Amino acid sequence: MSHDNLNFVKKELPTGFKNLGLILLLVGIVGGTISFFLNAEQAIFNYLLAFMFLMSIGVGALFLISLEYVAGADWSTPLRRVIEFSASVIPYLIVLSIPILLNLHTLFHWSHTDVVATDKVLQGKSPYLNEMFFAIRVVVVFAIWGLFYFLFTKNSKKQDITKDQKLTSINIKLSAVFIPLFAITASVAAIDFMMSLEPHWFSTIFGVYFFSGSVLAALSVITYATVKLREGGYLHPKMVDDHYYSLGALLFAFVNFWGYIAFSQYMLIWYANLPEETFWFLARWEGSWIFISLALIVVHFLVPYSVLLSQPAKMDSKKLKFAALWILFAHVLDLYWLILPTFHGESNFVNTILGFSFIIGAIGLVMLLFYFNAKKTNLVPIGDPKLEKGLNFRL
Amino acid sequence: MEQQKKVFGLAALFDSPDSIIKAAKTVTDKGYKNFDVHTPYPVHGMDKAMKLPPSKLGYVTLTFGLTGAAIALLFMYWTMSVDYPMIIGGKPFFAFPAFIPVTFEVTVLLATLSTVIGMITFFFYYPDNSHPIHDTNYMKSVSIDKFGVCIEATDSKYNEEEISKLFADLGAKSTEIIYFAEKVDRKIFEPKFITLLIVTASIVSGVAYIHLNKILYLPPFDWMMEQSRVNVQSMSSFFNDNFGMRTPVKGTVARGFLPYEFAGVNEPSSPLANPFFPSKENLVLGEKKYNTFCSPCHGNFGDGDSRLNGQFPLPPSLHTTKAREWQDGNLYHIIVNGQNVMPSYASQLNIEERWAIVNYIRVLQRAKNASDADIQEIKKESVKNVSR
Repeated sequence: MSHDNLNFVKKELPTGFKNLGLILLLVGIVGGTISFFLNAEQAIFNYLLAFMFLMSIGVGALFLISLEYVAGADWSTPLRRVIEFSASVIPYLIVLSIPILLNLHTLFHWSHTDVVATDKVLQGKSPYLNEMFFAIRVVVVFAIWGLFYFLFTKNSKKQDITKDQKLTSINIKLSAVFIPLFAITASVAAIDFMMSLEPHWFSTIFGVYFFSGSVLAALSVITYATVKLREGGYLHPKMVDDHYYSLGALLFAFVNFWGYIAFSQYMLIWYANLPEETFWFLARWEGSWIFISLALIVVHFLVPYSVLLSQPAKMDSKKLKFAALWILFAHVLDLYWLILPTFHGESNFVNTILGFSFIIGAIGLVMLLFYFNAKKTNLVPIGDPKLEKGLNFRL
Repeated sequence: MEQQKKVFGLAALFDSPDSIIKAAKTVTDKGYKNFDVHTPYPVHGMDKAMKLPPSKLGYVTLTFGLTGAAIALLFMYWTMSVDYPMIIGGKPFFAFPAFIPVTFEVTVLLATLSTVIGMITFFFYYPDNSHPIHDTNYMKSVSIDKFGVCIEATDSKYNEEEISKLFADLGAKSTEIIYFAEKVDRKIFEPKFITLLIVTASIVSGVAYIHLNKILYLPPFDWMMEQSRVNVQSMSSFFNDNFGMRTPVKGTVARGFLPYEFAGVNEPSSPLANPFFPSKENLVLGEKKYNTFCSPCHGNFGDGDSRLNGQFPLPPSLHTTKAREWQDGNLYHIIVNGQNVMPSYASQLNIEERWAIVNYIRVLQRAKNASDADIQEIKKESVKNVSR
């Protein structure tokens, strides 16, 4: 086993990559700050969008780590570090959520006690939707994710040195605990940060909808990073195109899953035609929102579906890179479609443009995290007992 | 006998998946084309080792999947929005979101079935019950725990000695020459076969007969007379008054049975206005109903000269000044109420038919007393018709 690991030479990511990430993050911080002083209300909605973007990448990747362990998958072992790096934003989520917690009144209708006092529906929901409980949930959810991220990566890194097989079985047990917890916490996070923007509305599938989008976003980051890193020679030289195929197949599966869930949510509400549910879609059918609603079908489903449909496309590095970036864009569009229709304040053109800086900053942060993680740890889990089997994975 | 057998190919057995991959690679590199590999389970990496081109099965799946989607959508479009449009749940006739699940199901159904059937028929050449590698030791081994490669004799580079040597070099556990099975001609009308056919047919039909008529006897369906509904004009203990038939709710009117305001009154105080425009359809209806119900007494043209003339109190002409100067509502009143010997026709004619008759009577009256202008008009019409 060990002679394979000797082939792996650790290389650091170029400093140009770090500088680019730093520039993007600075652009994000500066643009975001200007935007915040120009129009705080619009800025905080755009900030929430970027925050959800980071969160979906992080928690989707964390889910994929635990999925690998619990399913006993070995094809993804050679690239597990890439998945772990993608999840590394999780410890920072609690810090990043502070601006949201400080601006609850701007974002969330239900946080105004005077509004709740005259609204029977909101009164019924107030035991759950109140500021104190919201803050508690945020802390608990991010603490659970942070704990499991810490445990998974700690064991994984330790294994690089000790090559102890027991650490894998510990992580398998942790994953079995994490997956049901993930189902609950991801739903809670989706409901708290996005569904409660429109507190009168409800959809039981909303948590699953967020889950499908977040795993898709995480997979896109992982796919893009894997292809780029392998092209640069940072990953194990024994990796082959067959590993790409599995990533492509997962991307394809989750594109379908997202379409299935999104359609299920729409069709049931459309068919039942109850006014307490339909208004949410009607708000996204008004004015120019109709174009985004319709574009979502094409951008988030039809295009990636057609790109990834054939077997050769799932192994083609160019097509995979395109599909990954495209899906990331589609995910941002999806979040935009979910969050921004609830913004009813004044918007101005400069601030709309500056709103992009939040996403740019988020991308810069992900790049920096990749750089520093790659500096500290190996890009391949060299101590993992499944590594050789994973490297020999063939279709 | 052995010498006459035709050779199908030379097969070799290997012990491990690694050695079969190596063997497949070597055989491919040596330039052999007509060969196949048989393994007890899918060996990963075999496609690449054999340099197989991408399977064309995907195109079958795609074609039939798209066909399924098109069939489902067109079928639902035709039935639900063209041929028999029905409003369901207040949705449009072409309720696209509601059609998606069915379209998806049919797409998947046709795609999967066509994949399996296409694979078996086009790619496996089914039915082929007499493939030469059936019933060989080679096949028995590779379907348990051995890995085999078989080079066919049709290959241009086929040479038994060379291939045996190649297999031996690769570390084959055993090699075997596979022959085509001898062709055996069997006549269809062989007595044995015919007897078997007759015996099978009589057993199957006998068992079916005994089973259906003796063991599983089902009584004929003869209880259609007994139904748990209330018959017309019969009692029912369901209501307190024991009446099976109910009077309508107060203040309600059955469709098409609008009550007539002047029923039983001799002369209507204010005759109803005619709600029907004498359109072509209306007059055709009026003519038909007039000829059925009115003409036996009043005559085909309202002259009161029917074949009952002389046997009956003389039916009045409809061309009297009185009848012509009556309003439409007066004629309607007589149809509904009757007059003198004439009974009410309210139960035979519905509201539209009564007014249609009134309109038709107006036509008859105008024809009988045509003005000069009318005659000019009719002449013009007839000239037009002739010239046409």
